[in-house]
Amino acid sequence: MNFIDLETHLKSIRKSGRPILVPYITGGITNDWMHLVEELAHLGADAIEIGIPFSDPMIDGPVIQEASNLALQRGATTESILLELAQLNLEIPLVAMTYYNLVLRADPTRFANWCHEGGVSGTIIPDLPPEEMRPLETALDKESIVNVLLIAPSTTDERLKFIAGKSKGFLYTIGVMGTTGERTDLAESATILAKRAKQVTDLPVLVGIGISNEIQAQEVTKVADGVVIGSAFMRRILEDQSGKSALKFFSSLRSAL
Amino acid sequence: MPVMGEPDAFGKFGDFGGRFVPESLIFACQELEDGFRKAWADRAFHDEFEEILSSFGGRPTPITYCARLSLKLGVNIYLKREDLAHTGSHKINNVIGQALLAKRMGKHNLIAETGAGQHGVASATAAALMGMKCKVYMGAVDIGRQALNVFRMRLLGAEVISVESGAKTLKDAVNDAMRAWVSEVETTHYCLGSVMGPHPYPWMVREFQSIIGKEASLQWEKLVGKSSPDYVVACVGGGSNAAGTFAGFAEATSTLIGVEAAGGAALSFGIKGVVHGMASSILQDEYGQINEAHSISAGLDYPGVGPEHAYLAQINRAKYVSANDSEVLMAFKILSQLEGIIPALESAHGIAWVINAAKTGEIEPGSNVLVTLSGRGDKDVAQVSELLGGFSGAGPGLEEVDF
Ligand SMILES: Cc1ncc(COP(=O)(O)O)c(C=O)c1O
Repeated sequence: MNFIDLETHLKSIRKSGRPILVPYITGGITNDWMHLVEELAHLGADAIEIGIPFSDPMIDGPVIQEASNLALQRGATTESILLELAQLNLEIPLVAMTYYNLVLRADPTRFANWCHEGGVSGTIIPDLPPEEMRPLETALDKESIVNVLLIAPSTTDERLKFIAGKSKGFLYTIGVMGTTGERTDLAESATILAKRAKQVTDLPVLVGIGISNEIQAQEVTKVADGVVIGSAFMRRILEDQSGKSALKFFSSLRSAL
Repeated sequence: MPVMGEPDAFGKFGDFGGRFVPESLIFACQELEDGFRKAWADRAFHDEFEEILSSFGGRPTPITYCARLSLKLGVNIYLKREDLAHTGSHKINNVIGQALLAKRMGKHNLIAETGAGQHGVASATAAALMGMKCKVYMGAVDIGRQALNVFRMRLLGAEVISVESGAKTLKDAVNDAMRAWVSEVETTHYCLGSVMGPHPYPWMVREFQSIIGKEASLQWEKLVGKSSPDYVVACVGGGSNAAGTFAGFAEATSTLIGVEAAGGAALSFGIKGVVHGMASSILQDEYGQINEAHSISAGLDYPGVGPEHAYLAQINRAKYVSANDSEVLMAFKILSQLEGIIPALESAHGIAWVINAAKTGEIEPGSNVLVTLSGRGDKDVAQVSELLGGFSGAGPGLEEVDF
């Protein structure tokens, strides 16, 4: 598939005035998960985050944990997921999200190769702090793939500047102090942090973790450039493996944004 | 440079350690590092720590010479008796240190993970002593095999939370404790139970546990003489009793031996990776998924190991070996029958290795061997009695051991 530059792509959407909407899906979650990825693109996803399941996902709540276990039971591996993606031909960028042990086990160079084969534009490794990302960054650079960094409500101002300076593609804003999962109310922390981020970076600022419905997505994108929707989407896939209700949910989000 | 010194600016011991946590926890780790540095440089903190360990914790713990076992094996075996510390294991040393630190930092809630339940009991104890709230995450499987400790924790006023994720043992309890910590970090201190996790834990916990090695080396000099033990042996789960013991002998000529459970031998069979916030040697499959550890002792069922041990192995300062379940059961009985000491199954790993190594001649006859007995075996008695044929009557497993 053709390579798309993550930052350029997201900035052009921002310029058009539309909030950026990025769904998360666990790779290998169902037999036809690739079909779900294609459907998401047709329904207006601006980019898609592909989760590569890890046995010990530290920042994930029960829904993504269950999805990860299911995908692992189905035999999903880093390589199988990334290479399956190579069959797709989408006009939006893909971002691979996983934990650092899987990158190390594959070896950063091989991991970067697989990402390249799969047409992935960026990576998100939540347990890899910027201080430790040199080996991965060097490997990704060779394939023109970028590493997206995360900020959290507890990130200090000084560190926020440091991270924003090192992040590429976009800045992933962890909206709430906690694990991935739905919340009844939009955490105030999400809006506050998005505001702080917008003040120090021109990168697109996307809020993830805890965004559960249309109203919350509308609220947070008054400040942020976009949202990542994970557990709210994946819970629906776990409940209805056909993916119909998950896709319907996504459509309503898209029309709300 | 001391062999067991401070980690570098990234929290690394050589290639191992670090702070591989989600950004949400970076600030908390930094805050904890700052708090610990200040406290550890403060005489008043040391005084309070040592005073509580003495008046409440029962320190110093003695060194016991094992006359009958030594005679049988032809090597001189000495035990550093952490089983005699309050709550029945070395875990109390670390927990008193962390609870004091948490209070100093204005955090009045503790969360902890536990495997065998010893660290959970110690945490619940410190919380009761200091008027703090305590939540303990424990794998559902471990709750089943350590019922006595579960009750002790509840009696002490702690809430025990059953962990149903993953393999439902220690590694999953760590995951859930970390997840809980992220959302309560402002008011809560995560009281990690071993020399693992993100920086500063591996260093801080080793410092709190180094009281074992410091005491032992002074006691050794009085009891045995100027020349250090030929072997210093401790069991290794995450590696805290071993690190605390080794800290007292790392600059000496002693051979340092860490004994892992054969089913959880991260240093023998692990591969370098990252889990629970640290780079270390980790049991994992070819794809990088973490393997479950399996052993008779819940406290050693951990697929990783503290990063400083990975470093000590890499620079060949310490050697890591393993003992299997049947060797451990045998050692459990031998120490009970020959010395009148019922050891924790974890601690019996150290004894098991010494018995084997003395028999094979790996330990030369006449050598002086210091073994840290990390805990007492009361918590394991029900489990062992089942393995040996039940509480009532002298089951087939209870005849005198002959070895
Ligand atoms: C008695 C005893 N010894 C040893 C251990 C293992 O921990 P570590 O390797 O940190 O000393 C435990 C853990 O639960 C324990 O209860």
